[in-house]
Amino acid sequence: MKVAISATGDTVESSVDSRFGRCSFFAIFDTDTHNVKFITNTAAESSQGAGPAAVQLLAGNQVQQVVSGEFGMKVKPLLEQLSIKMLNLQNGQHTILDVLKQFK
Amino acid sequence: MNNKKPGFTIAVASGKGGTGKTFISTNLFNTLQKYSYKVTLVDCDAEEPNARQFTGGKKVSTKLVTQLVPVIDESKCVYCGKCFEYCTYNAIFFVKEARMIRVLDDLCHGCGACTVACEPYGAIHEKEDELGTVNHYEITPGVTVVEARTKVGVHSSVKVVKEAIRSAYDADVVVLDSPPGTSCPFIQTVASADFVVLVTEPTPFGMSDLKQSVETLRHMGKPCGVIVNRAGLGTNEVYDYLSSEQLPLLMNIPFDRSIARIYSEGNLLTEQDDGWQMQFNLMYNLITERYGISCNKW
Repeated sequence: MKVAISATGDTVESSVDSRFGRCSFFAIFDTDTHNVKFITNTAAESSQGAGPAAVQLLAGNQVQQVVSGEFGMKVKPLLEQLSIKMLNLQNGQHTILDVLKQFK
Repeated sequence: MNNKKPGFTIAVASGKGGTGKTFISTNLFNTLQKYSYKVTLVDCDAEEPNARQFTGGKKVSTKLVTQLVPVIDESKCVYCGKCFEYCTYNAIFFVKEARMIRVLDDLCHGCGACTVACEPYGAIHEKEDELGTVNHYEITPGVTVVEARTKVGVHSSVKVVKEAIRSAYDADVVVLDSPPGTSCPFIQTVASADFVVLVTEPTPFGMSDLKQSVETLRHMGKPCGVIVNRAGLGTNEVYDYLSSEQLPLLMNIPFDRSIARIYSEGNLLTEQDDGWQMQFNLMYNLITERYGISCNKW
């Protein structure tokens, strides 16, 4: 299964970005192979509708679960319809590595 | 449609909210009415129009403002993604692998590009989506208030504001009560003005937003002057700014409890105080003398 985590940078030391649609990068973690790759969130630059555009990006990358700080009201129904699970990370500083450890 | 040209148009604006735009525009409107002008006040603050709380008036018409948004017939859709590519507003959600396509109405600007993109398949038709209303109120014959009112949840008031201003004609003078800020609804409002009255307060916030408004208006080539409201509050920085930028100080309204009381009770200062009525008229004359004839909008 592929898990996407919203990230502020493109290394595992980067922190989790609390924003979903406008984060800079997504860490995409494969729970089977334990491979991590970072993709640029091309939706972040949109003047509007960054959330839905980010969902399209992740769906195109066969992501089945997303970890982020918050999901907007435009994004939730789309993720639900695509059967992509949402995982809300509550406040506090987390690095991408912290999150990955939970899946290992 | 009307072919008449609107009269001399003054927009009352401010960068900062709560400086007194509606206070100035309703009192200017009232004064001009007292001096027998045929005057129309357009409340362009479409997200929360409130000018009518001061002017009253009887509703004479309501016009719906709509835009066309696409509807996708999934039985005809081939999931080519062309409409999605054409949309620059992220209003079409498309995941090819999942054969999922949705129109996100909230994000649509009604440009029609997707309908053109789908011409070979004809899977898109358009429906009318309500953006808001334009309401006309008559005070006395020739004296009207036009109110732009955006539907709650609509992301931009620009089209409603545009329709409201367009429907204000058959008047000697048109006063536009602008929305706060310097973003699109403000631009749409001041774009049709011959002169812009900027209302500010002598505080750091008022100063900062005044500068932004002046820069924006200069960029647009719009002449403007400034009213300092709640004078005596804060600092004198605003006056130094006006003289260094050679901006006319149109009026100075003191920070005065009795003025605040009149406004908070929903009344008009110029209705209760002849001196202020004269001051508003003087200001109008000053503006038209200086900018009324030279401005060849048409």
